[in-house]
Amino acid sequence: MNIIVCVREVLDPDLPPAKFRVDPESKRVLPPEALPPVINPYDAVAAELALRLKDRYGGKITALTLGDNGQNVVRHVLSMGADDGIVLSDRLFEGSDSFSTAYVLGQAIKKIGSYDLILCGRQAADWDEGLVGPVLAEYLGLPLVTQARSIEVTEQGIVVSRVTIDGHQVFVAPLPALVTVSGVAGQPRLPSGWNIIAAVRKQVPVWSADDIGADPSRVGTAAARRKLVRLFIPERERKCEIVTGETTAEAAVKLATRLRESGIV
Amino acid sequence: MTEKSDILIYGEMAGGRLTTTTRELVSIGRRLSAELGHPLGILLVGAGLATAVAESATLVPGKIYVMDAAALADSDPERNVEAVIAACRRIAPQVILMGHTDVARDIAPRLAVRLEASIVTDCVDVTAEPDTGSLRQMRPVYGGKAMAVWLSEGDRPRIVTVRPRSAAPAEPDISNRGVVINLPADTINPTAKPKLVETVRDQGVSTRLEEAKVIVAGGAGIGGREGFDMVESLARLLGGVTGITRAVSDIGWMPSTLEIGQTGHIVKPDLYIAVGISGASQHLAGCQAAKYMVAINKDPEAYIFTVSDFGVVGDYREALPPLIEKLKALLAA
Repeated sequence: MNIIVCVREVLDPDLPPAKFRVDPESKRVLPPEALPPVINPYDAVAAELALRLKDRYGGKITALTLGDNGQNVVRHVLSMGADDGIVLSDRLFEGSDSFSTAYVLGQAIKKIGSYDLILCGRQAADWDEGLVGPVLAEYLGLPLVTQARSIEVTEQGIVVSRVTIDGHQVFVAPLPALVTVSGVAGQPRLPSGWNIIAAVRKQVPVWSADDIGADPSRVGTAAARRKLVRLFIPERERKCEIVTGETTAEAAVKLATRLRESGIV
Repeated sequence: MTEKSDILIYGEMAGGRLTTTTRELVSIGRRLSAELGHPLGILLVGAGLATAVAESATLVPGKIYVMDAAALADSDPERNVEAVIAACRRIAPQVILMGHTDVARDIAPRLAVRLEASIVTDCVDVTAEPDTGSLRQMRPVYGGKAMAVWLSEGDRPRIVTVRPRSAAPAEPDISNRGVVINLPADTINPTAKPKLVETVRDQGVSTRLEEAKVIVAGGAGIGGREGFDMVESLARLLGGVTGITRAVSDIGWMPSTLEIGQTGHIVKPDLYIAVGISGASQHLAGCQAAKYMVAINKDPEAYIFTVSDFGVVGDYREALPPLIEKLKALLAA
């Protein structure tokens, strides 16, 4: 199976809320000191799913990313066990919305040429929109299944279990197809020694807008279909009464009393 | 053609009735309709829609577009997309409102491509600028650590998916007379791929969590499946239900259908007790609307305490049994 995994890095979602800062003027998030970006957690799960399919059915995995710092995230996926990586980077891509991002990825995928399956995380843990995967499927004319928790390969194509809020759905789809991946699909494996060494040695090409034949009118800020007008941190704190005691058990008993006398229970 | 184009709600049904989320969209739609001076309509796609149509007639002061066909019974996303596209080509709505649900997450981005619309997902507030006709859409980002406001102008259709519990559900108005318009379903391709072959649902879980006045939720701090027995005991005692965090869902200690948070259920109980939960923003997204929050966590620095009304710092294994015993005694008195 030839699998392409679309990945990117995000501000570490484990950053404590107290350390999160935005600049309201430029409408940007300020990168935290001493906490580097990480691979989008859902993309890491997508890479894991790709690796499990490769373990089971054989084949090749290519990691694809759009972003100037793309080398880091691609090498992470290579060191998990992927075979190749490609970075897309161009000044023209700056300010791209999800449609432009999907368009650029789509152009790169057309240049890559042959593939059986494209996997994406269901959403990115920064902007949380969940658009790029489905839009990319549309642009490539591929069958789409979202929020996958498992994929099996059959003679007819793939059987995908999709997680829903109250259960799951099972889809069958022919290949090639695009599947977005949910967190329930599995724990991503850590980069392993041998793969880390191989990853360092890999040539990871960087493709520009020209390399993929991107139409400049479809990328960048000018092509965006909407405008960010405000970015702020909402007030959300409550005043917490910490109930104490000589022991945790004593505190818990007091808590029960406090809740009862406050009319909460 | 001087008729103004619709603000169109995509209605979803459960058990034949409009979902609470759909009725929340009606509240938002009514307000946008007044702000923009455009009529409000609703689109129902599925099979056996008589009840939903009757309900819509009392809720939506405008057109009720109905596409009712056996082929549309099972919420197959491909068929839904085709049905909605066919309907939108006739209706030419300028705004499409959907709940940010499993159905919408699947079909809304595809509709945006095919209708060349702009789209903003998972919004908690949508307002219109009457002079320009632009929409201002506010949504949580960075797992809820920040809020972003997006402006979408009226030069193309706008699709907005709205986070459940962002507005009060609209109440019926029996003087309202919505006009029913039946749309043909003959353009729907019955052999669309991929094909939905099975749906497995815990029918009541969404309603149970939505309607629960008390929720006791457990997070990674519970440490395993067994610890949830205590969480469930407390929930039962208080007449409430059990919830979990995404971490617990991903690890698999409890069913993912109980997940509360940005990628799970959004709840609004009177009391939310968070046990062994650190307070990650994407979890708080699901529960911060609770009237009262109580936290039990052995880490005194856990963020959950800053967003709670009451807290106990300690190991839940030492806290829950005496808490349960004392509450039992107090409630029996």
